[in-house]
Amino acid sequence: MSRVVRGVLLLLFAAFFLVPLYSMLDFSTRDLVGGGRTGKAWAAMVQDEQLRTSIVNSLVLAAVTVTLMLVLLLPTMVWVRLRVPRARRLIEVLCLLPLTVPALVIVVGITDVYSWVYYFFGSASWTLTFAYVILVLPFAYRSLDAALGAVDAVVLAEAARSLGAGWFTVIVRVIMPNVWTGVLSAAFISVALVLGEYTFASLLNFQTLPVTIAALGKSDTQASVAASLASLLFATVLLLALSFVGRGRNERNPL
Amino acid sequence: MAEARSGPGARRQRRAPAGLTTALPLAPFLVYVAIFLLTPTLVVVVGAFLDDDGAFTLGNLSGLVEPSALERLWNSVLVSAVTAVVGGVAGAVLAWLVVTLPQSSLVRRSVLSVAGVFAQFGGVTLAFAFIATLAQQGVVTQALRDSAGIDLYGSGWLYDIPGIMLVYLYFQIPLMVIVFVPALEGLRPQWREAAVSLGATRWQYLTQVAFPLLTPAFLGSLLLLFANAFAAYATAAALVSQGSPILPLFIRNALTSEVVLGRQNLAFALALEMIVVVAVVMGLYALLLRRTSRWLQ
Repeated sequence: MSRVVRGVLLLLFAAFFLVPLYSMLDFSTRDLVGGGRTGKAWAAMVQDEQLRTSIVNSLVLAAVTVTLMLVLLLPTMVWVRLRVPRARRLIEVLCLLPLTVPALVIVVGITDVYSWVYYFFGSASWTLTFAYVILVLPFAYRSLDAALGAVDAVVLAEAARSLGAGWFTVIVRVIMPNVWTGVLSAAFISVALVLGEYTFASLLNFQTLPVTIAALGKSDTQASVAASLASLLFATVLLLALSFVGRGRNERNPL
Repeated sequence: MAEARSGPGARRQRRAPAGLTTALPLAPFLVYVAIFLLTPTLVVVVGAFLDDDGAFTLGNLSGLVEPSALERLWNSVLVSAVTAVVGGVAGAVLAWLVVTLPQSSLVRRSVLSVAGVFAQFGGVTLAFAFIATLAQQGVVTQALRDSAGIDLYGSGWLYDIPGIMLVYLYFQIPLMVIVFVPALEGLRPQWREAAVSLGATRWQYLTQVAFPLLTPAFLGSLLLLFANAFAAYATAAALVSQGSPILPLFIRNALTSEVVLGRQNLAFALALEMIVVVAVVMGLYALLLRRTSRWLQ
C-alpha cells in the first residue's frame, strides 16, 4: 500500500474519531446569548444541584462496587486455585456469563430481586451496586485471573502455610501484594464501567451521572455535552492507565 | 499451570471427606451470582411463558410475531448487521494499517490504546458526542451550513435508524481493531516469504494465502460485533427519545408502560428473544474461534 493511500486512510479514521470530540468541546463552550466562549456549561457540574448530586452518587457507587467486587471475587478465585481447582471452570463460566446475557435482559428480570433489596437496604442509590458487581464481573475476572496466573499462588501459599500462616494471612498478606497490578486494573475498569452505566440506572430509576446527563439533554444540552466530555475524559484516563498497568497481558487476551 | 492443578488435587484425594468444607468458602460468590444473575435470567425465561395469573401460556410469544415487534426485530438485525459489516471492514483496514507499522511506532501504540478505550465507550456520552456534532445546532452541521450551504441535518435522520448506525460505528470499529489485530499478528512472515519464493505476486499472496487464513477470524469478529450492537441499549436510548425503532428500545417501551394491551409479560418475551439471538450468535462465534486458534496462535 503506497504511503499516500495509507496517510489518507489514517486521516479519515482520525477525522471520524476526533471530530465528535472536538465538537463536544466547541459545543459546550459556546455562548448562545452573546456569542463567543463561556464556561457556564462546565461550571454547571459543580453549581447545578441535580448534576452535583448525581456525580456524587456515581462516585459512591463506583467505590462501593469495587470494594464489593474485590471482597466477593478475589478470595473466591484464590481459594479455587489453592484448594478446589475442579471448580475453576464453573467460576469462569459464571463470571463470563454477563457477556452473553445482555444487561437489558437482566434489568427486565431483576425487579423481584430488587424489591427484596429495597426491603433490606432501602432505596438509596448505592444499592445499585448489587447489579453493578454482576456487570463488571467478566472484566474484573480477566484482570484478576491474568494476575493470579502470573504468580505461582500454590507455592506461595504452601510456603506461607508451612511457616505457620493461617488462610486469612495467606490471602491478605501473601497473595494480595503479589497480584496488586491485577487488583488495580480490575478496579480501574470497574470504575470506568460503573461511571458510564445507563441501562440499569435509568430503568430502575436511580439518579446517576449518565441518567442525569440524558435527562438534562432536553433542557440544557450544553451542560449534558460538557458533563459527557468530562466523564469521557475521566474514563479515558482510567482506561489508559489500565493499559499501562496491565501491559503485556491484555495484548494476548484482548477480550 | 500443570503443577498448580496436580498439587492440591492430589491432596484432596487423600482427604476426600473434607471436600464439602473445602468448597464452602465458594458459597458467598455462588449465592450472590445465583441471586443477581441467574435468578433474573430465569425470571425472564420462565416469565415469557406465563400469563398474568402465573399459568402457562404461549400468548406472550405470539406478541413477538405481531408486525410491530417483527419490525423492531428486523430493524435491530439491520442495525447490527450493517454496523458489524461496515465496522468490521473499516476496523480490519485500520488494524491492517496499524499492524504494518513498526512495533515502536507512536501511531501504532496510540491507535491500539485508544481503540481499547473507545471499544468500551458506548453509552450516553457517545450519543451526546454526535448530538454536539450533527444535531441541528451541531458544530459540523453549522460549519457546513455557513460555509457551503449544505443542510446536513435534513429531516432529523440522526435520531432514527441511520443515526443509530453511524453512532454505533464509533465503538464497533475500535472493537474490530482490538479483536482483529491478534489475528493479523498471527500471520507469520515465513508464509509470505514462502509464497513469494514460489513466485507469487503480492496480490496472489493476499488473495490466496492471507485472506483465506484470516477469513474465519474475520467472520468470527463480525459475529462478535453483531452481538455487541444487538445487545447495546444506552446509546440508542439516549439518542432516540421519541418512538422505539429498535428492539432494545421496544423493550424499554414495554417495561415503562407496562399495561400496554394488558400484557405485562410481553417484556419478558422480548427479552427472551434477545437472549436467543445473542446466544446463537455468540455460539457461532465460539465455534469459529476454535477453528481460528488452530492457525493463529
